[in-house]
Amino acid sequence: MNDTAPESISSPLILLEGITKVYGSGPAAVHALKGVDLKIDKGEFVAVMGPSGSGKSTCMNILGCLDTPTAGAYRFKGVDVGGLSRDQRALLRRNFLGFVFQGFNLLSRTSALENVELPLIYRGVPAGERHAKARDALKAVGLEGWEFHTPAELSGGQQQRVAMARAMVIEPEVLMADEPTGNLDSTKGREIMDLLCSFNTERGVTIVMVTHDPGMAGYAGRIIQFLDGLIDSEGPGRRHAS
Amino acid sequence: MIWETVVLALRAIRRNVLRSFLTVLGIVIGVAAVITMVTLGDGATEQVRADISSLGSNMLQVRPGQGFRGPGGVRMSAERFKISDAQAIQREIAGLKAVAPLSDQSAQAISGNRNWSTSVMGSTNDYLVVRDWPLENGRVFTGAELNSGSAVCILGATVAKELFGDQDPLGAFIRLDRLSCQVVGVLASKGQSSFGQDQDDLVMVPLRTMQRRIAGNTDVKAVMVSAMDGVSTEMIREDIEGLMRERRRISAGQDDDFHVRDMQEIVSTLTSTTRVLTTLLGAVAAVSLLVGGIGIMNIMLVSVTERTREIGTRLAIGAREGEVLMQFLIEAVVLSSLGGLFGIALGLGAAALGAHLLGMPFVLNPGIVVLAFVFSASVGVVFGFFPARRAARMDPIEALRHE
Repeated sequence: MNDTAPESISSPLILLEGITKVYGSGPAAVHALKGVDLKIDKGEFVAVMGPSGSGKSTCMNILGCLDTPTAGAYRFKGVDVGGLSRDQRALLRRNFLGFVFQGFNLLSRTSALENVELPLIYRGVPAGERHAKARDALKAVGLEGWEFHTPAELSGGQQQRVAMARAMVIEPEVLMADEPTGNLDSTKGREIMDLLCSFNTERGVTIVMVTHDPGMAGYAGRIIQFLDGLIDSEGPGRRHAS
Repeated sequence: MIWETVVLALRAIRRNVLRSFLTVLGIVIGVAAVITMVTLGDGATEQVRADISSLGSNMLQVRPGQGFRGPGGVRMSAERFKISDAQAIQREIAGLKAVAPLSDQSAQAISGNRNWSTSVMGSTNDYLVVRDWPLENGRVFTGAELNSGSAVCILGATVAKELFGDQDPLGAFIRLDRLSCQVVGVLASKGQSSFGQDQDDLVMVPLRTMQRRIAGNTDVKAVMVSAMDGVSTEMIREDIEGLMRERRRISAGQDDDFHVRDMQEIVSTLTSTTRVLTTLLGAVAAVSLLVGGIGIMNIMLVSVTERTREIGTRLAIGAREGEVLMQFLIEAVVLSSLGGLFGIALGLGAAALGAHLLGMPFVLNPGIVVLAFVFSASVGVVFGFFPARRAARMDPIEALRHE
């Protein structure tokens, strides 16, 4: 393995070193990641691309502290995530990470406001403060007045914005977006991307986004291409300018 | 956090009212069955107790012989009581309200062309005190009548009705076997005893009349005694036993040849029978509670599978294993407790209705209500635990991917 640099205050937000992930064992083992090195600094907007099976989703799961690598080191804010227990990783996600999924993953038959409040409940925020924060977060994604609508009463674009409000309400360090526009038409998709960009530029949230769509990846500051369990290429995105 | 989880659970239950109701239906029915059975059983017990205390709850009966014997058992030929035994009890034992020596036998009561087979009870006015039995009409025996053994009698309500119908029997003469006697009083109706015996089917005559003119002996078949209020019948019983052993010269170590029966003893014998029934019925109902619990586990398991994505989302957002476990566990407990509350309400309603229809007293047993509630809540814990653990141990990645 590579020599690990001594930790310093200026250590990157996310540091992957020689990450491998193997599913199964013996001859049937699947090597999803074959030694990935990646550094993401605070405030970056990184798009992760690649064909299915290239390992980008596995990499996202590890970055999101949902999964642990088979070998290699993952340092998040200098902390070795590989050495954390399941519950410790849950606390890490609770305090530092926001998630946006392709399928929105809102609780059905539950109002937008209650959905946004959910992460605050786990953080033990008292009810009054929770309502206020959730309302603010919904306002920030342009859903003022929709607080008491359930997901079934909202359009796909609106649902994804509720999900983004839910991710942002904890003021996370990193926003993990897994194909956030995958279920939306291009107009709605661009609205979502605009929101993501504004979070990145105005609030300084680091964003890691998996996408298939080169057009959406173009919003990012940096594009990482996965192929066959390794990072194939890296390049700058063109920050949209309209 | 616990309170938040309860609120979340209530929200989850409210989201699907019909299914939640069907889930807890088993618990509702189980709890309602237990409550109904036990409440009705307690009512029956209470009724038996009330019936027996209408015989006179602070009453004791002293009889020669050895009291209850099994079927086919032979009563020892014990020496009969005499009137002097009753007088001795009256004299020697403290705390007594009344002492009534009595002698009874069956006889044919005849008035005009009407004929009724009944039992003739020879005793003193104290008998009515012991039994707490008021007169409907007329008067009790006078001292002179008691002393001289006059041919007078007091009719039980049934006998009065059978012999005189709607007519007033006071002053009329009836024949008891060969003795013609005048009716001086009619007793108030006491109705059936809990043994199914018509208590009003008797004719009372002075004890001396009974001994001299009907039975032809000086025997006293039994002495009935009632204790003053607040005096323990247990103590009086011991005192009487001591006195009678002495009078009958029973040496230490020898068995009594008489028996003091305490009404409390009969009450407890009979109520213990109904208690056993109550317990059995309750046990059967408890089985349905168990079935209800399995119903909850079933639905919770389905719910966990159905909500896999929700669980994945919660885990991704940062819920710890214990928190997801608590959520599902509390959901199950809230569900089953709600079911318990509904069941208690339903059961008490059914018991009140049943008691009303059966003409029994409605006895609320707070113990069983609390027990049923606690039990239904623990059904939630026990049967909710397995599904909840399954939810908590899910792999967030798998759960998120679940369609």
